[in-house]
Amino acid sequence: MTAVALKIVDVHKSFGSSKIINGVHLEVLKGERHAVIGPNGAGKSTLFNLISGFYSVSSGYIALNGQIISNMAPHLINRRGLSRSFQVTNIFPKMTVFENIRCALLWPMGYRHSFWHMVGNLKKVNAKAGEILERIRLADRRDIPAGLLAYAEQRALEIGITIAGDADVILLDEPTAGMSQSETAHAVELIRTVTEGKTLLVVEHDMSVVFGLADHISVLVYGQVVATDTPEKIRQNPQVQEAYLGKEIE
Amino acid sequence: MLEYLLFSVLNSLVLGMLLFMLSSGLTLIFSMMGVLNFAHASFYMLGAYFGYQITQAVGFWPALVIAPLLVGVIGALVERYGLRTVHKYGHVAELLFTVGLAFIIEEGVNLIWGRNAMTYPVPQSLDFPLFTLFSTEFSTYRMFMLLISVAIFIGLYMVLTRTRIGLIIQAALTHPQGVSALGHNVPMVFMMVFGGGSALAGVAGVIGGIFLITEPAMAATLGPIVFVVIVVGGMGSLTGAFVASLLLAAIQTFAVGLEYSLTDLFALVGIHGQVSGLLEDLGRIQLSHTGPILPYLFMVLMLMFRPKGLMGKRES
Amino acid sequence: MPTLLRRYGIWAAAMIMCGVLPLIFKSSFSISLLSQMGISIIFALSYNMLLGQGGMLSFGHAVYLGLGGFLSMHALNKIGGGALPLPLELLPLVGGMAGVVAGVVFGWLSTDRSGTTFALISLGIGELIAASALMLPSFFGGEEGISGNRMVKMTLTGFKFGKSVEVYYLIACWMLLSVGLMYLLTKTPLGRVANAVRDNPERAAFIGYNPRSVRTLQFTLAAFFAGLAGGLFAINYEIITAEMVGAHPSGSVLMMTYIGGVGHFFGPIIGAVLVTFMQQSLAGITHAWLLYFGLLFVMMVLWAPNGLAGLIMMHEPVWKAGLLRRLLPSYLAILVPTLVMLTGIMILVEINYHLSLSINPDDPLTLFGIAFNARSPVAWGLAIALAAVGLFFFRKMVRWVNQSWNEVTQAMKGADR
Repeated sequence: MTAVALKIVDVHKSFGSSKIINGVHLEVLKGERHAVIGPNGAGKSTLFNLISGFYSVSSGYIALNGQIISNMAPHLINRRGLSRSFQVTNIFPKMTVFENIRCALLWPMGYRHSFWHMVGNLKKVNAKAGEILERIRLADRRDIPAGLLAYAEQRALEIGITIAGDADVILLDEPTAGMSQSETAHAVELIRTVTEGKTLLVVEHDMSVVFGLADHISVLVYGQVVATDTPEKIRQNPQVQEAYLGKEIE
Repeated sequence: MLEYLLFSVLNSLVLGMLLFMLSSGLTLIFSMMGVLNFAHASFYMLGAYFGYQITQAVGFWPALVIAPLLVGVIGALVERYGLRTVHKYGHVAELLFTVGLAFIIEEGVNLIWGRNAMTYPVPQSLDFPLFTLFSTEFSTYRMFMLLISVAIFIGLYMVLTRTRIGLIIQAALTHPQGVSALGHNVPMVFMMVFGGGSALAGVAGVIGGIFLITEPAMAATLGPIVFVVIVVGGMGSLTGAFVASLLLAAIQTFAVGLEYSLTDLFALVGIHGQVSGLLEDLGRIQLSHTGPILPYLFMVLMLMFRPKGLMGKRES
Repeated sequence: MPTLLRRYGIWAAAMIMCGVLPLIFKSSFSISLLSQMGISIIFALSYNMLLGQGGMLSFGHAVYLGLGGFLSMHALNKIGGGALPLPLELLPLVGGMAGVVAGVVFGWLSTDRSGTTFALISLGIGELIAASALMLPSFFGGEEGISGNRMVKMTLTGFKFGKSVEVYYLIACWMLLSVGLMYLLTKTPLGRVANAVRDNPERAAFIGYNPRSVRTLQFTLAAFFAGLAGGLFAINYEIITAEMVGAHPSGSVLMMTYIGGVGHFFGPIIGAVLVTFMQQSLAGITHAWLLYFGLLFVMMVLWAPNGLAGLIMMHEPVWKAGLLRRLLPSYLAILVPTLVMLTGIMILVEINYHLSLSINPDDPLTLFGIAFNARSPVAWGLAIALAAVGLFFFRKMVRWVNQSWNEVTQAMKGADR
């Protein structure tokens, strides 16, 4: 039996009187690629914000590798090996592309708050940052302020920052949102290679991405998971078709 | 004791309403435009000096009307030609612009009127004791201040609830992003709010300059207190600003009369110790002298533990 | 050798300059000016660790300068009395440590949020300390402050520090050391992460950093250098008053840093040198210097938000492309109406100050070597005319400058292709 990387048990979240997440149960296995789909307003982004510690849960709990992480501060969750990207690009705009990646490496590689090392001398960190830039194909843009990159490049950088720290569990929030078809194909390839051997949880609207990438799919409707299964089964699940997919996938 | 209590209450009302005249404008400006206007107290000072100058020329009553109008126009111009220029560089630049403006206004006042305090007396028509209670007089001028500020309070309330622009402002208080979506001429509204807020500060200046003092340092003295008021009341809440104004005025007024110190307190519970240096200083401080620090202590604690303030709905 | 020169050349040049300057400018006024500049440079750079590098707009940075100064002064008196075995040269470290202690406490209290909340807390703490200073006379010395005597027996170098030039060299050494350290700090993991937290605190949390810890640490280090500057202040002036922790030095360090430019490391150095020079030289000549200072600041906020350093760095690509010559004519042309306009404004300001401040306003006022009656309509008319004519041509020339810039930008783009 495969170990569970991320376990969500009966999680509720409400803002004032409006209940956004309504008793979610979800298990993500170690090493699998798991997608969450659902109509707009189903609570996908809220769910990500709960897992990553951006919001606190109203009730229920979330566990990462068997340890409860719900209601922890984001940086503590991140230090336990969970990393996420954002739906709206969320990078460090005034810093160079290289510096963006390097900053994401500093904590995991043990340099933390050091003010007695020179970043220029951190050979391993710099080599790794360069390697990541190669993988996300931004090596030739390394010295440009990140804010000046093209949109698709910023999305790639966003993924680069997310995977840089070698977190075991990676959450990607609509990584291909707003991309053209060729850019999307490229991005999927990128995600596939950079998350090799890791646990991936992804929210995505583009069905071709979801069915091409995921090992398992969960369908979130009105703050509840109505089904979790393999892509083929989900495609055929009448309940899912009715609730969400409709004719889209025919 | 009753006498002390009664007059303290009356005096804190007078001071509190004066503070509210300042803090209401600042709150409106902050909540609509996101700008913490460091020059707000400078407009108060301008009001006082204009009031003084116009009183010299044509008397107090015309000054009470003309001076605030002048200040309001200056405020509108500052918004139109200053703030709007720096808006594109973000809130920090806007804030710094108002800091620089406060600096320039203070120096400008030095330039025109000199560094000494003005002799800006209570107008003769109001210069007599209104009533005497337990041998303490309550002056007519204080009552007049109270009436003016209450009238302005009512006027502000009417404008905010009964007029079109008032409704837009109210909408902007709760949904800052939504107003432009409604298709209103937002820059125009901003200019009017800024001008209006400045004019309110101007009124406060005309009457407060007589009550407190008219000198180049008056803005720097009162400015931080007004910040304390809007932070404690809750950024963007007019009700909060009202409550906090009265509260702070009460704290300051009451503290002045209480000449107790820590040493007294310890003596009361039977501890008599000999300490020296810093501890002795601490023990010696009388409650009446803590007036200057209490507001800031209050503000810092508020920001740390309840950044929403007493009545605020959102954080700064 | 060339790489060595490129890397260390500027530092060597700075050292030589610091060493040579007092040999050229020997008057006691210049020496005290240079000393004050050194202190201001440390203070302004330390302020920029907050505003420029950490995105924290503080209105109370003088608290750390002042506390450092006061603690150093108490320590100095202890050294003088033989109670503390510390050589004078190391006294600024006492100030630095005072800064660290205060910085950890107040930093942690105020850095939970940045932006307006941080600015207001810093203002509140500043006012709080300034108001308390007057209530605690045994530490802050009340109205007259605390004074000391820097000529103590215990020194490392054998200097007696009786001459102000010796103090200057002490300040210069600490200044160079501090500038170097603060520069290196920008290249450490903490320095880089401080930038990340400034740019996007939310994202920084998701790469493992607690924004508050990063800010607190950055704040503490900045407070260390501010306290160190305070220690140097105590040695230089041998007196320190409660005003040092107050709103005035807090405001002026903000303004000088901003005028210099917060976006580049060397910006605050320019700001500190320029503003200190204005402060010490203009303040002696005119009462209006604070007004000019304020006007300069507001003009920078309005039209050059990246400060003087930003203006200089704007020309770097033009210079590299060898096109600077094309900008020069328009620059020279705008200089003339600018000077005319400023002269007009200055005359107006000085006339007004004369009328409002001098004992007898009818005494003649002397400007640019010409004595005249400040009430004379000729003087007023001339001043207003100068300002107006200057403004008119200034606006015309602005158009020319913009045009030249556009041409140069076009030319550079062409060269790229």
